[in-house]
Amino acid sequence: MSSDAIPTKKPVKSVGLHVGDAVPGCKKTDPILIADGVKRTFGGLTAVDVAHVEVPRGAITALIGPNGAGKTTFFNLLTGFDKPDHGTWSFDGKSLAHVPAFKVARLGLIRTFQLTKALGLLTVMDNMKLGATGQRGENLFRAMLPFLWRKQDDEIEAKALELLGRFKLDAKKDDYAASLSGGQRKLLEMARALMSDPTLVMLDEPMAGVNPALTQSLLDHILDLKTQGMSVLFVEHDMHMVRHIADWVIVMAEGKVVAEGDPYTVMQDQAVIDAYLGQHHDQDLGATDTGHVEALKELIDDEQ
Amino acid sequence: MIDWGAIFSNAAVEVLSPTTAAYALAALGLAVHFGYTGLLNFGQAGFMALGAYGYAISVLTFGFPVWAAVLVAVGASVVFALILGIPTLRLRADYLAIVTIAAAEILRLLFTTNTFRDVTGSANGLSEYKAGFRALNPFSFSGKAGFGPWMFSANDWWNIVVAWTIVALACVLVWVLMRSPWGRVLKGIREDEDAVRSLGKNVYSYKMQSLILGGVFGTFAGMIFILPRAVVPSNYATSLTFFTWAILLLGGAATVLGPVLGSIVFWVALSFFSGFVARAVEAGWLPISEVQSGQLRFILVGVAIMLMVVFRPQGMLGNKKEMSFVK
Repeated sequence: MSSDAIPTKKPVKSVGLHVGDAVPGCKKTDPILIADGVKRTFGGLTAVDVAHVEVPRGAITALIGPNGAGKTTFFNLLTGFDKPDHGTWSFDGKSLAHVPAFKVARLGLIRTFQLTKALGLLTVMDNMKLGATGQRGENLFRAMLPFLWRKQDDEIEAKALELLGRFKLDAKKDDYAASLSGGQRKLLEMARALMSDPTLVMLDEPMAGVNPALTQSLLDHILDLKTQGMSVLFVEHDMHMVRHIADWVIVMAEGKVVAEGDPYTVMQDQAVIDAYLGQHHDQDLGATDTGHVEALKELIDDEQ
Repeated sequence: MIDWGAIFSNAAVEVLSPTTAAYALAALGLAVHFGYTGLLNFGQAGFMALGAYGYAISVLTFGFPVWAAVLVAVGASVVFALILGIPTLRLRADYLAIVTIAAAEILRLLFTTNTFRDVTGSANGLSEYKAGFRALNPFSFSGKAGFGPWMFSANDWWNIVVAWTIVALACVLVWVLMRSPWGRVLKGIREDEDAVRSLGKNVYSYKMQSLILGGVFGTFAGMIFILPRAVVPSNYATSLTFFTWAILLLGGAATVLGPVLGSIVFWVALSFFSGFVARAVEAGWLPISEVQSGQLRFILVGVAIMLMVVFRPQGMLGNKKEMSFVK
């Protein structure tokens, strides 16, 4: 099994993802998601203003940036949960502008949420079964005739059991999702997303609020997605994790993409350091900000 | 002395009464809306009014046969649900609550206004629409038949049989649907509609289907409601909606048989209290007038429901486990 307590494998990094220099908005050899001129303002505040960005296929891409950089808003825009002021974006060659969220999901672009959305008063199994798409019994009239959907429902249940086993949730299958711990809910949400066999999985802070014991298991699950041929785009604040599993990193700050590259080089990029620490982080501005000092130490740690 | 036998037998009559069946069915509609989908419909009285008036007007004004009149009533409530749902179902649940309560009142006032007196009968309402329905009655005995306190005429038995048959069919339908993948989507929407949307379900369409289905139950309830009485607009005030809600919460919001049991308990208790209070006033036990005693029963029922909600919030048939996770 992939989720032993100690790291079991060294992630195999995908290389050769981009064409030309690794600059913000650079071309990828095989992009799965392309966004162009996507802009979203809330009143006078520009939350997202992405000129051009491409997400590589078959790789794990991290979207990082300080709080308020517009990462989650960008996620919402890409998945149809929010509408931009203008812009175009396409997934697998199909334009997604003005496509409602549920159709985006049906195309194979499944997302999870920063605040976990486990469906509390449904059992874990029902949560999983809800994730399957193209169910005959989800039509009101066919639902009245169980013999039309029973067989398909059994197949979905078998698939759900297999996934729950992989995520070590099978013992919980008849419990309400509300009875799961925070980390288990994250696992459930990820497992549920896989029920529809997505091609691109977008994870919004998969590690937020997860205890260290579960972190390794979650990391392995994310790496598994790549092994199984899915592309992953995730938002994360934990730089250790980003460096550990990401093949490519896109950095956002103040709504714009400010840097791109592989995780080792991008963290040395001046624009990234500026975005995280402020442009004057190395000048003494008079007050001692311990938070910044610690963040800087962590960054130096990371670089070693 | 108080005639306890009469009080109990009057209360027992309510167990079978078509009125009890009508409230049960209307509450079952709310169970689909609120208990399973999380929609706050405070306009169930409007759906019931459409059932009553849709049926009665079709028969009286247009001379339709029974089946066509039923179709007109159902069609009217589907249109009503669409009008309510299209602007509000994209918004948060509270907006539907505000719009439904207002729309139900608008309907009642439209049915009350003198402008349409020829069709709606204004404040006097409508009657004399029952011939077609009674012509279908297979019972033909004269006088009363039955057993114990349940002695009814042939027409009353016909009302009772039709009313409870419809309720039973509706219960079976809801039971089947809520165990299907369709019901699973509804319950998912109740918990978190964004999560369901992210799994590729057209949430808006499912909410609309739920609103229509529960509304059609309300419409059938409205037609059952007018079997033993005339159509009177003042019956469709907001208190009708709130009684239905009380029944739903009494029985258990996300249950199939809760609304039925809730309705029976509600009407038996109401009849018992009113019988008891009226006779207690006659016997001089209570220092109030007869007019006051008519209101006292609602106070007693209200207290009973409050105790119920405080000490058994999941309702009579609800699942205790569900309540331990309520946010």
